[in-house]
Amino acid sequence: MEEMKDVIKDYVIKEYVEDDTEITYDTPLISGGIVDSFSMVSLKRFLENKYKISIPDDKATPEAFDSVNKIIALVKEYVKY
Amino acid sequence: MAYTDKIRGIYAEILTGLKDAGLFKQERYIHSAQAADIEVEFPSGAPLKKVINICANNYLGLSSHPEVVKAAHAGLDSHGYGMSSVRFICGTQDIHRKLEQMVTKFLGTEDTILFPSCMDANAGVFEAVLTKDDVMISDRLVHASIVDGIRLCSAMHDTFKHSDMEHLESKLQLHNDKRLKMVITDGVFSMDGDTAKLDKMVELCEKYDALLFIDDSHSSGFIGKTGRGTHEQYGVMGKIDIITTTFGKGLGGASGGCVSGRKELVEMCRQKARPYLFSNTIAPPVVAGVIKVLEILSASTDRRDKLEKNTEFWRKGLIDAGLIIKEGNTPIVPVMLFNAKLSQDVSRDLYDEGIYAIGFFFPVVPQGQARIRTQISAGHEIHHLEKALDAFKKVGKKYEILGKTKQEIIERYGM
Repeated sequence: MEEMKDVIKDYVIKEYVEDDTEITYDTPLISGGIVDSFSMVSLKRFLENKYKISIPDDKATPEAFDSVNKIIALVKEYVKY
Repeated sequence: MAYTDKIRGIYAEILTGLKDAGLFKQERYIHSAQAADIEVEFPSGAPLKKVINICANNYLGLSSHPEVVKAAHAGLDSHGYGMSSVRFICGTQDIHRKLEQMVTKFLGTEDTILFPSCMDANAGVFEAVLTKDDVMISDRLVHASIVDGIRLCSAMHDTFKHSDMEHLESKLQLHNDKRLKMVITDGVFSMDGDTAKLDKMVELCEKYDALLFIDDSHSSGFIGKTGRGTHEQYGVMGKIDIITTTFGKGLGGASGGCVSGRKELVEMCRQKARPYLFSNTIAPPVVAGVIKVLEILSASTDRRDKLEKNTEFWRKGLIDAGLIIKEGNTPIVPVMLFNAKLSQDVSRDLYDEGIYAIGFFFPVVPQGQARIRTQISAGHEIHHLEKALDAFKKVGKKYEILGKTKQEIIERYGM
């Protein structure tokens, strides 16, 4: 799953980081103020399109999107191998 | 429930926290009408001080214009003080509809609906015209009233990086499956004074069949060759689907706002927008005053031309003095200080010098971007601006920030 980790991390950096803030796999994204809750929707749509999954709205919580590692865990629940 | 000591303590603690964090807002009592020269009581109980106001939204100097005041008096006499009703019950007078038609003509749109304020217009418009099948794509720096309106709407919401057209296009592609897409931006951004790239945005909206919304509150009356707004400046009049604006800034400065645009969208607001349906009609004297404002601005561009000249003089003066300002050509001119405390100190010292300007810092602006936001008016004469420049130079010298780079100021004062 290393590739997924990097795909998501790269997307987060490209999409949300507008200065030189360093992002790790565990950086708090929403509680850390990097991704606002409004912008979460594009991340959800990106994941759904990229991995051909559908994440129910009630699972797409700020907590579940709060770090790259947490997002990976969420995506894994829905990816069919 | 009784208002117990425990409850009182909860709020006292919150308010103390705001004071400790330097976020507590204090009003300054102005004892005169709004103008370039005002008399201020600050702090409360202090003797009145005559100062030059360079932080009002009174861009065209019409807030206390004798003809506007006279028209408001006449409106008070002919149509009364208030209507004691919302618009659709018994709160619509002939002058309300007349003003809507005048705004429509002024902005070059299809129809207009008045709201008690532009805050209300922005709070009501999205919910009235969009559903959960749609998406709103907004610039990340839009005004707080738009953010509130978006929160009240069931449509999906996404953002694009400030004025980044490539990013906006990627979002239009991402959400291309939605029933309706609406791109949302301020015309002039109130904190930085820059303008939205409306020509490019119109192109993108036409390419992806998206609606385009702008809030032109900091533009109406003075941006563009005849002051119609940012859509005139960018040559896209008639191509903006929704324009919201206020009568509380350049257009007289009293109160009230509107949604102007495609007639079906305006009609949707008339049927469904909650701040329109459940809030009082604009008071008759205010309506009469705004009608006079539009008559003045339609007859001559003198005031917006003077504002443009004043703005050029002010921007050049600040740069020549060695201060750092945000680039642009609007009368919103932020003097960048970067450090929150420095912005408060400079504001206080300017006041001592007879200049009324406010420091803004996080969370009103991003961390490390504290500033004094200056706003120029057609009501300013060159001698006002010269005095204000002298004060900026004196205070700037005291803090040793003249001719310094951003990096040097940050190294000395911190972010």
